[in-house]
Amino acid sequence: MANSLSQSTPVAQTGPAGPKPRKAFSRRNIFLYGTLIIIAIYYTIPLYVMIVTSLKGMAEIRLGNIFSPPIEITFQPWIKAWSQACTGLTCNGLSHGFWNSVKIVIPSVCASIVIASVNGYALANWRFRGANFLFTILIFGAFIPHQVMLYPLVILLREIGLYGSLPGLILVHTIFGMPILTLLFRNYFSSLPEELFKAARVDGAGFWGIYFQIMLPMSLPIFVVAMILQVTGIWNDFLFGVVYTKPNIWPMTVQLNNIVNSLQGVKEYNVNMAATVLTGLVPLVIYFISGKLFVRGIAAGAVKG
Amino acid sequence: MNSVSIRSLDLQFGAVKVLQNLDLDIRDGEFLVLLGSSGCGKSTLLNCIAGLLDITAGQIFIKERNVTWLEPSERGIGMVFQSYALYPQMTVEGNLSFGLKNSRMPRKEIAERVARAAKILQIESLLKRKPGALSGGQRQRVAIGRALVRDVDVFLFDEPLSNLDAKLRADLRVEIKRLHQQLNNTMIYVTHDQVEAMTLADRIAIMKGGQIMQLDSPSEIYNRPKNRYVADFIGSPSMNFIEGSLDNGDFIVADQRFDVSSYPFTETRNGLATMGVRPEHVVTGHDLEGLPIVREINVELVEPMGSDTLVWTTLAGQAFRFRLDGQTSVRIGDSLKIGIDPANSSFFDKESELRI
Repeated sequence: MANSLSQSTPVAQTGPAGPKPRKAFSRRNIFLYGTLIIIAIYYTIPLYVMIVTSLKGMAEIRLGNIFSPPIEITFQPWIKAWSQACTGLTCNGLSHGFWNSVKIVIPSVCASIVIASVNGYALANWRFRGANFLFTILIFGAFIPHQVMLYPLVILLREIGLYGSLPGLILVHTIFGMPILTLLFRNYFSSLPEELFKAARVDGAGFWGIYFQIMLPMSLPIFVVAMILQVTGIWNDFLFGVVYTKPNIWPMTVQLNNIVNSLQGVKEYNVNMAATVLTGLVPLVIYFISGKLFVRGIAAGAVKG
Repeated sequence: MNSVSIRSLDLQFGAVKVLQNLDLDIRDGEFLVLLGSSGCGKSTLLNCIAGLLDITAGQIFIKERNVTWLEPSERGIGMVFQSYALYPQMTVEGNLSFGLKNSRMPRKEIAERVARAAKILQIESLLKRKPGALSGGQRQRVAIGRALVRDVDVFLFDEPLSNLDAKLRADLRVEIKRLHQQLNNTMIYVTHDQVEAMTLADRIAIMKGGQIMQLDSPSEIYNRPKNRYVADFIGSPSMNFIEGSLDNGDFIVADQRFDVSSYPFTETRNGLATMGVRPEHVVTGHDLEGLPIVREINVELVEPMGSDTLVWTTLAGQAFRFRLDGQTSVRIGDSLKIGIDPANSSFFDKESELRI
C-alpha cells in the first residue's frame, strides 16, 4: 500500500492545478467595470463641456453643439476672465478676487491648523479636568448650521471693529474650522500608541517637548488632510465671503458669481466657463498633488474615535 | 534599605476601584515580579510607581524619598514597555539620548553614556539606524538601553517580552537576568508568564483583583502557596485539587482514607478541606516505597510532550492528572501504581481557601 502510494506521487494528476483561471468577461467584471466607467463618465462630462466651451469663440458656441470639440481653439475667453471680465462697474477680471482669496486662505488655514492640532493633542493625550466637557462642546459646534451664527457674528465683528475687513473674515474661517479639525487631530493622536507618550514623559519631555519632538514628526498625513480640507473649504466658501466682506476684498467665489450672474449684455458662456475653471483650479491642484496622503490620513484618523 | 515603598495605595477610575489599600516594600537591588492574569491591576500598579497615573490615595517612596507628587522624569525610574515605544522618527542614538537631552546634560557626557549603554546591550552597530529597521529583539534592547542611559535607581518593565516569539523571549529573559546581576539595580517586572516570573524573580507578588495575594520567593510560592488561588495559578500543568474532609490526621475522600499525618499542619483541624497535589509530585515505580498514600489507577488519557508525559486518570472518584518521564511508555487502559507524599502537598480550608 505504502509502496504504491510513493510510486504514484511523482506523476502529475489530471484535474485542476495551480491558480484558478479567471474569465475576463465574467458577470462580476462586467458589473464592476461597467458601473465604474459609467460613474466616471457622469463626473467628467461637465468638466469636459466646460473646458471645451471655454476654448470656443462665441460664434461657435451659438451653433449649439456643446459636446463637439472646438473647431478653432482660442484662449481669448481665459484672458478675458482673468483680467477683463466685469463685475458691476469695475472690469479687472478675476485676478483681483484670486489674490483676495489667497490672502484669506493662507492665514486662516495656517492659524486653524496650528490651533486645532494643539487642541487635538491636548484632548487626546493630557487628561485634564473638563477635557470631555470641552470636547463635547466642540463636537456640538461641528453640527450647528452656520446660518444660525451669521448675524450674531456680524454684530460681534462690528463690535471688535473687524467687520468688512480681511482679518475679520480670516477670524471667522479659523473659528469655523476648529470643531472638525480638532476632532480630526484628536482622533489621529489617540490612534498613536499611548506608550510612546508615556515613554516621552518618563524621558522628561514636557507638553511642548512631546508635541514638537514626538507627535509632530509622526503626523504629516493628518496635517495634509487638514490642509486639504481647509484650503478647499475656505477657497470654495461663498456665504461668509459675501456676508463679511466688501467689494474690494471679495474672494474669488463671490466675484465669479457676480461675473456669471451679471445681467448686462450678452451671456459670454466661454468667459463664464473659463472663469469657473479658474476658480476651481486651486482645490483641483491640491487634490492631484496630495490625494494619496489624503486617503491615508483619513483612514488613519477614522479608525479610533 | 527599601528601594521602593508603597503605603496604602488606592486607585480608582470613576467608580471602579482598581487598587485598594496596597502596601509593598521592595528591597534595594531586588528583582520583584508582579504576576497575575490580565485585569488584576499589575500594570496599573507599575504605572502608579512610574507616575504615569494619578493615584487616588496613599504614598509612594523611591529611595526613601516621597515621590507621590513628582513627575515621572523626576522619580529616578526608567521604564520599558511591551510595545517598545521607540520614537520612530529618531535613530537608535536619538532614542537613547532623548531623555538626557531633556535634562540638559552636556553633550560629552551624553555621548559617553550612550556608548556605555550600547556596549552593555551590544547594540553599538545599530546606533545610526531607525527603529523601523530593527528586529523585535533589537528594539527591545534599545528600549532597555533608554532606561539604562539615564542611570536610574529603579527599572520598571511592563511585560517587555510579550511581543516576542518563544525562542527570542527565552534568550532575552536570560539577558535581563544577566543585566540585573551586572547592574544590581532594583527591578520591578510585570508579566503574566509564570515561567518568566519563576526564573527572574527574587520575590514574586501574585496579584488578583487589585490586591497582592502572596509576596514571597519563587520556591516558597511554588511549594507553600498561601491560598488556593495562588496554588492554582502557579505551576503548569496546574495543581490537582481533591475535595474531602480532614479527620484526625486522615484525609477522607468518598469512601477512601488517606493517611496525611506527615503533612506539617499549622494547627490540627477537622472538617471540609481541599488537598492540592502537583502533577509533578506524584511518584511511580521504585519511589513508591514507604509512601503513606499508594493507589492503583487506570490510565484514561495520555498527553505526550516529549520531555514528559501527562496522564489523566480518576482518583477516589475525582479527575486527577500526573506527570511521568517522557520516556515512559503508557497506553490508555494501563493499570499503574501511583504514590503521593503528603509532606509536599498543600491543604486548604474549604471555606476561606487559605492554607492550613
